[in-house]
Amino acid sequence: MQVLTFLIPISLVLGGLGLAGFLYTVRSNQYDDPEGDSRRILNDEWDDHPKP
Amino acid sequence: MTAQLTPSPAACPGCLVVPRDAVDEAPQAARLALSLPGIHCQACISTVEKGLNAVPGVISARVNLTLKRALIEAERDIQARDLILVLTGLGFEAHELDPGVLAATQSDKAGRDLLMRLAVAGFASMNVMLLSVSVWAGASDATRDMFHWISAAITLPAIGFSAQPFFKHAWTALRVRRLNMDVPISLALVLALVMSLWETSLSGEHAYFDAALTLTFFLLAGRYLDHRTRAVARSAAEELAALEVPRAILLRDGVESEVAVGTLAIDDLILVRPGGRMPVDGEVVSGQSELDRSLLTGETLPVFAGPDTMISAGEVNLTGPLTIRATAVGKDTSLHRMADLVAIAESGRSRYTSLADNAAKLYAPGVHILSALSFVGWYLYTWDLRTALNIAAAVLIITCPCALGLAVPAVTTAASGRLFRRGMLIKDATALERLAQVDTVVFDKTGTLTAGTPQLTNLDDAPRSDLELALALAEASAHPLSRSLAQAAREAGISPAEITDIREVPGFGTQAQHRGVRVRLGRAAWVGAPTSAITTAWLDRGDGAPRGFQFTDSLRPGAAEAVQALLDAGKQVLLLSGDTGGAVEMVASRLGITDWVAEALPDDKVAKINSLTDQGHKVLMVGDGLNDTAALTAAHVSISPASALDAARVASDIVLLGQDLTPIAEACDVARRATKRIRENFQLATLYNVIAVPLAVAGLATPLIAALAMSASSITVSLNALRLR
Repeated sequence: MQVLTFLIPISLVLGGLGLAGFLYTVRSNQYDDPEGDSRRILNDEWDDHPKP
Repeated sequence: MTAQLTPSPAACPGCLVVPRDAVDEAPQAARLALSLPGIHCQACISTVEKGLNAVPGVISARVNLTLKRALIEAERDIQARDLILVLTGLGFEAHELDPGVLAATQSDKAGRDLLMRLAVAGFASMNVMLLSVSVWAGASDATRDMFHWISAAITLPAIGFSAQPFFKHAWTALRVRRLNMDVPISLALVLALVMSLWETSLSGEHAYFDAALTLTFFLLAGRYLDHRTRAVARSAAEELAALEVPRAILLRDGVESEVAVGTLAIDDLILVRPGGRMPVDGEVVSGQSELDRSLLTGETLPVFAGPDTMISAGEVNLTGPLTIRATAVGKDTSLHRMADLVAIAESGRSRYTSLADNAAKLYAPGVHILSALSFVGWYLYTWDLRTALNIAAAVLIITCPCALGLAVPAVTTAASGRLFRRGMLIKDATALERLAQVDTVVFDKTGTLTAGTPQLTNLDDAPRSDLELALALAEASAHPLSRSLAQAAREAGISPAEITDIREVPGFGTQAQHRGVRVRLGRAAWVGAPTSAITTAWLDRGDGAPRGFQFTDSLRPGAAEAVQALLDAGKQVLLLSGDTGGAVEMVASRLGITDWVAEALPDDKVAKINSLTDQGHKVLMVGDGLNDTAALTAAHVSISPASALDAARVASDIVLLGQDLTPIAEACDVARRATKRIRENFQLATLYNVIAVPLAVAGLATPLIAALAMSASSITVSLNALRLR
């Protein structure tokens, strides 16, 4: 059962990372246009470099 | 777009510190917002964005497909009207939105707050579930206690944060001695936590930490869906409502100044330019023009206005500038009296209780009684407080309305999403349920079934030379008939004749010189032609034999299909209009409506709808004018197009964003199916309670059973709702 002392904190940290990531996406308005974002990947006017 | 570049100190005290030059150096770009009801795919996004970005002065344009709108950053001299023209040219319908209101609604604070709480509940429940699964799998003694303590350490702060909305609502309800859904929820959460802590401290076997968290998670999911559907509709409706700018041009000692309509007083002189709306009731002092009264009365024909003509607030000035003297302002105007009719009708409207309210009314007391009874029963049976409390908590948790909380929002979200994609905005939460009951549909004519724009009917009768002359004259005027004539002639490949000395005589028509002869296009009396019942513009070629161009009101796209579909669905369709008999009859016969009433006053419309309601019919009213507003409120459920006057839009439950009327029939069908799904969901939730509650009352429920039953029922309910999409 010794392994639990590692596993439990690890699972908590991983969960916390997921939560932090989600909160970041919410704060940076990434859920404003889910419909549009899912269509934009079909856009064929892509370029080789990201916009500056 | 008249935002101040440098705010006044009173409006922005902090701005005093900013040097004026700094502001001048970086001119703030104007933000414009357009509503685009017609966009639906990737091609639309790129066409709109490319088209807008190609306009000189536009800095950036981005389409939001979810909200069906485009946000544009542009230089300050760019007008939304120009961009709308560009988009119309590309084949997209567009309406301007008020960027001020937009800014206020864009960052949806409440929605984001709910989403945060939902996320915390979700992640915490995942972790706790992991620990609980180990307990169910057989962890015992010290290990189980440790897992329970860790669960408690995660759950308590997570619930303390996530479940705040429930606690707050429950407290507000209890303070006024009422029960709502949140009271049993809060009680179940608190009782579950207290019991689980107590059990854990006594090394007990059962702890409900995971149940409390999943419960919070599912309930928050329901709340969030509910909020999203309503917030999107509300903000979109508000932005539309803010379109009309309540300002007027006041003339004082010959000086024009722009003032708010609210500050106008009786006997003020007000200048109304062509295209402007009358802000007050009054009489014309000088100027000649024609007035469009269609929004107030439903008449399609413009009315002549000259000195001493009485005008009513809300009419639109068409051709020439008018100076009017106010005779009634503010609340005394006919516009407001009409709005008062709405208030009266509103108070008479029987409050509709939604299916969810009905369910909650039965549910909340039932749960408390059941839980209290099992507590008393078990206490009398065992004289053991711990067992009795444990079972009471289990009953509360198991009966907790997870599925009930999701049953309605999941369905309305799916249904409103579907209708929104078809260009309909559901403003009212219960509108879908009411729409499902509709068996009679009442249409207004002008602006609803017809587009409110005239259409030339006898183009082919006129010789080419006449058309060339008429086109040349028509292009010099902004009058609706002229514009329609010009468009029809252009489409037929006619090029304008050469004319000189073009002059528009407001209220009468246009006149010019053609090869030394005076030619005129305008009203019958002006060119010496006989008056006729059909809307006609007369061309006088200077030879004393005027030629008439006849017009009819063009049908809105989809009007015929919508009426046909409604009739096919077995609904009774009526046409109530304020327009003259001939015009109404023509439209009715074109659409196949047998039941029509012409020259109906606003009161008549309300009376007709009330009599239909008294006969037991559920009436859907579709209308756009101010004369329909009271009828819209009196009806069981109402729809108005986005082009309607704001009073009408406010009064209606559903707003039709696009020009097309076809979605109306589909909406009735979707509403009917949505209501069916809601009922099914209630049955599913009840079924689950019927199975799980006896187990809980008998003291056989374990946290595992609670978790399984809760998740299973919530997922079934959501999946059932998704079948609507």
